Amino acid sequence: MFKPLLILSATLAASAYGGAQASVRVEPLTLQGPRPLQEQTRAAVIRDYLQSWQSFSAALDQNRPALLDADFVGTAKEKLADTIQQQAALGVRTHYQDISHDLQIVFYSPEGLSIELTDNVEYNVQVIDHDKVTATQRVSAHYVVVLTPAEVSWRVRVFQAVPE
Amino acid sequence: MKFRLPFLLGGLAVATTQLAFAQGGSMRVPKTVEAGSAFSIQSTGSGQATLYIIGPAQVLKRNVQLGETTTFPAGSLYNAGRYLVVLTAAGASTESDSFDVVPATQPAKLSFLAKPSRLPVSLHDGITGAVYVFDPYGNLIAAPTPVSFELSSPAGTVQKRVVVTKDGAAWTGMDSTAQQGIDKFAARVGDVSSMRVVEQVPGDPCALKMSARQSGQQLQLATDPVRDCNGNAVPDGTIVTFTESYRGGQSTVDVPLKRGVAEVEMPVHSGATISVASGVVMGNQIGWEK
Repeated sequence: MFKPLLILSATLAASAYGGAQASVRVEPLTLQGPRPLQEQTRAAVIRDYLQSWQSFSAALDQNRPALLDADFVGTAKEKLADTIQQQAALGVRTHYQDISHDLQIVFYSPEGLSIELTDNVEYNVQVIDHDKVTATQRVSAHYVVVLTPAEVSWRVRVFQAVPE
Repeated sequence: MKFRLPFLLGGLAVATTQLAFAQGGSMRVPKTVEAGSAFSIQSTGSGQATLYIIGPAQVLKRNVQLGETTTFPAGSLYNAGRYLVVLTAAGASTESDSFDVVPATQPAKLSFLAKPSRLPVSLHDGITGAVYVFDPYGNLIAAPTPVSFELSSPAGTVQKRVVVTKDGAAWTGMDSTAQQGIDKFAARVGDVSSMRVVEQVPGDPCALKMSARQSGQQLQLATDPVRDCNGNAVPDGTIVTFTESYRGGQSTVDVPLKRGVAEVEMPVHSGATISVASGVVMGNQIGWEK
């Protein structure tokens, strides 16, 4: 059912800065758990996760935690909101621009209430202190992400980079 | 990952924890820091600078004296993730580096999803449990961690499984036991545990049997106490269907179980066949002659 490798252009991951799009690669399933993952669910999870990068980027760039509401929930939302508070207190903004994602769905919980994926992501971080760009840097990181279903979409509940 | 720009800094790091340091840079940054632990960053040179530690999960900013060690006490950085370190001197260039904050090794919280909360007895892998393991700061512990799952019934039977987490998650399936009642389903990692209650209810009726007795122009039909195949009493309210087939017609009556049995009166028809069923489970048949 699943193609061995899916490479697509993430239209949802279009950058707010210059319209660049992140490239997205989806690895074949090596799923733990007894629950089969339907193609429609898989597509929705990937779509919603990529969308979360846009709201995360916008929220930290504008220091507006409300922008997280649509795509984040629980611990992930709290931690990002805390970061925004810290940034605002320090007069700092950060702009995250995702460049590429290499995604793999690794766990679908038996009751269907959570999906975990990993993402080898490359992104640029721009640090802006009192409207002055202090640094721009490219970062590679391995993210572990847990999403849970909400009313009409999947929301990111755990969003955490771990050493590979 | 290592980033260097022309601003030259150097020096020795003073680690307050067991840290491995990236090599070759003039700014010395630990490669990894355990969440909540103290750490330090050392620069060389002279003058004032600003040190930023930037991550999606936390942001720190310090005014520092170049050439000195900047120490961050325990609790400064507690959210796991990759952090960018940027050091800028006024009117000069910038140096940057990165490091990882890794989850604390000690689990502190389990997110335990158990389903269903109610199910029939004797179902193979009928109960599932999934666990995510977190440290005291709410970081997902991605390192393999053994999770002990335990399902215990009121009768004292215990099912145990130990599953090692992968990417912070583990799951298992358990059989519901033969006896109805409230089971306790626990997940445990070290001293941390989380418990859920699973109610096991009787299964479908088994060996459904009725008897008939004539009383005037009526047949009094009654089942034996209705039980599942493990001997658990099927709950009152379960519908039992009596069907009487006779020449030229058929009558059907649905009766809820009351005190474990179903009773009904139906008209006597010579040559009738009476059957009993509950759901998809068929009971015995009785042929009736006047």
